[in-house]
Amino acid sequence: MSVAPSVVRAAAAAPRRLRWALLVAGLAIAVWLPNGLYPAVAVDMLCWALFAVAVDLLLGYTGLLSFGHAAFWGTSAYATGLVAIHLGAPFPVAVLSGALVAAALAVPIGYLAVRRTGIYFAMVTLAFAQMIYYIANNRRGLTGGENGLQSVPRELFGLDLTDAYYFYYAALPVVLLGLWAAWRIVNSPFGRVLVGIRDNPARARALGYPVHHYKLLAFVLSAFIAGLGGGLFAMAHRFVTLDTLHWTTSGKAVVMVVLGGIGTLWGGVLGAGLLVRLEDWLSFSGFEAVGLVTGGLFVVVVLVFRRGLWGTAADLLRRRFGRP
Amino acid sequence: MSSFLQHTFDGLVSGAFLALLALGLAVIFGMLRVVNFAHGAFYMLGAVGTYLLLTEFGVPFWWALLIVPVALGVLGMGVERAFVHRLARLDPLYNFLLTFGLTLVLQDLVKLRYGTQSSPYATPSALAGTVDFGLFDFPAYRVFVLAFAVVACVAVWWLLGHTRVGMVVRAATERPELSRALGIDVGRWVMPVFGFGIALAGVAGVLAAPMRAVNPLMGADLVIVVFAVVVIGGLGSIFGSVAAGFGIGLVQAWGESYLDQWPIVAQTSVFVIMAAVLLWRPAGLFGREEAPA
Repeated sequence: MSVAPSVVRAAAAAPRRLRWALLVAGLAIAVWLPNGLYPAVAVDMLCWALFAVAVDLLLGYTGLLSFGHAAFWGTSAYATGLVAIHLGAPFPVAVLSGALVAAALAVPIGYLAVRRTGIYFAMVTLAFAQMIYYIANNRRGLTGGENGLQSVPRELFGLDLTDAYYFYYAALPVVLLGLWAAWRIVNSPFGRVLVGIRDNPARARALGYPVHHYKLLAFVLSAFIAGLGGGLFAMAHRFVTLDTLHWTTSGKAVVMVVLGGIGTLWGGVLGAGLLVRLEDWLSFSGFEAVGLVTGGLFVVVVLVFRRGLWGTAADLLRRRFGRP
Repeated sequence: MSSFLQHTFDGLVSGAFLALLALGLAVIFGMLRVVNFAHGAFYMLGAVGTYLLLTEFGVPFWWALLIVPVALGVLGMGVERAFVHRLARLDPLYNFLLTFGLTLVLQDLVKLRYGTQSSPYATPSALAGTVDFGLFDFPAYRVFVLAFAVVACVAVWWLLGHTRVGMVVRAATERPELSRALGIDVGRWVMPVFGFGIALAGVAGVLAAPMRAVNPLMGADLVIVVFAVVVIGGLGSIFGSVAAGFGIGLVQAWGESYLDQWPIVAQTSVFVIMAAVLLWRPAGLFGREEAPA
């Protein structure tokens, strides 16, 4: 979408030292987080941050709005839970296998979806995600249907991780690895081609790049990262419900990305943190209609604040340092 | 044989809802290039509005069938001016996102005020019985729904194909720049067309009230099926959207009755068909290939 190029340029123009300072500050906040918030909320922020970054990888850097990423988040959550329950695998192994299952699911869905672009891509991914939702609801023997998957064990080589505070620090390396992978993808030659496809697919094709293959690979990688988040989410809550596959879940990740800033990568992390905090605060104060607030907020952001938080900040910095 | 006809008829009736919703979606898309995520929410408002008119004001079904679509059409025009219009020059994805946000707001507003319980709505007394077709009986109300939807679709088709308004809208749909250059004020028609599409969703909602459970979430999952329907039919094609709506209704009804041991078949059939269409004709059965992006 149209805001992205200026944002990318702004990020490139920010001085090196500032970027290191931001990285250190971000890591410091990540390490401190469960001391300042309920640890369970902090863990949720980690999971959703991965999810949002995965969606931005497609939306911001490939120009594809997936409105069905809950299919991968939720599938990985179920797969992770099943692996942990039936094989008793340590949690990083369970999460990794969940993400691999999500990536495998993304191959056929992506193969079909990348045949369309723009608004059609959003509708097609949404429809396929709904199909996965119906299947999960139907296969009660595997998924528990409406009851969900109960009492997922959370275990790492005999370490007791039932306390969310300790689980946060066990999950943090996985999340940082996922974020680092997303950053590497965006800043690789492969990522440059994706941006090229986003900005001018016809030219990319003329230059000999197999556009569909690139999009499909981006889709699968994005599903893998979303799957990492979904697997951790299953571990964090120790149960998996059909909600993880519902279209509102896909929509929530998109809201986070737009709130943080499309095509900024780290904006998704910011958006995830803020939205999780907001929803926690709303439910804590007993307000039922969360959708009224998040939906209303989203309408306002789309109408008047399309660059998002990170995009706006990057623009201000760019002006401050006076680089074009 | 008579049971087959029964299932076919049921399929056509549920297809009628899909067709009305797909038609509104296609009309709006044609004029504005906007996919209205909130279409299901407006359908829900139509049904809830019908219910409230009866319970709060004692307004019967027949008046609701007139009042609710008009009111929703006006509301739709307001939404177009207040929100959709502001994003008209941007990537249409922004309007998709905007209407997604509106969906959450509308759903939760209704939920907050009236709860999530389903409310029953009595079939209007004039249509309470059954109609005898010789081999089988059909509930009169369903016959009415089907007839009404078919008449509505044909009327829209006639409106677009044979009136001056329709000509302007078609011209604006196919070649907006050229239409403008020929002195047609395209912008003037955007708001009424959006309102008209919403009114069609309202009609579907009113018709649904006596047949389906009225609750705040009734439109949410349906709109996704309608999205799949218009992808199958070809979103740019009015005829394709309506035909695919009826077709999917039939497939689902046959699936439900002949493969009732596997309810998943009927539920997912629309998505499987969508996948097949994407493989075979990515632009949809009746859609034209877009200019390569």
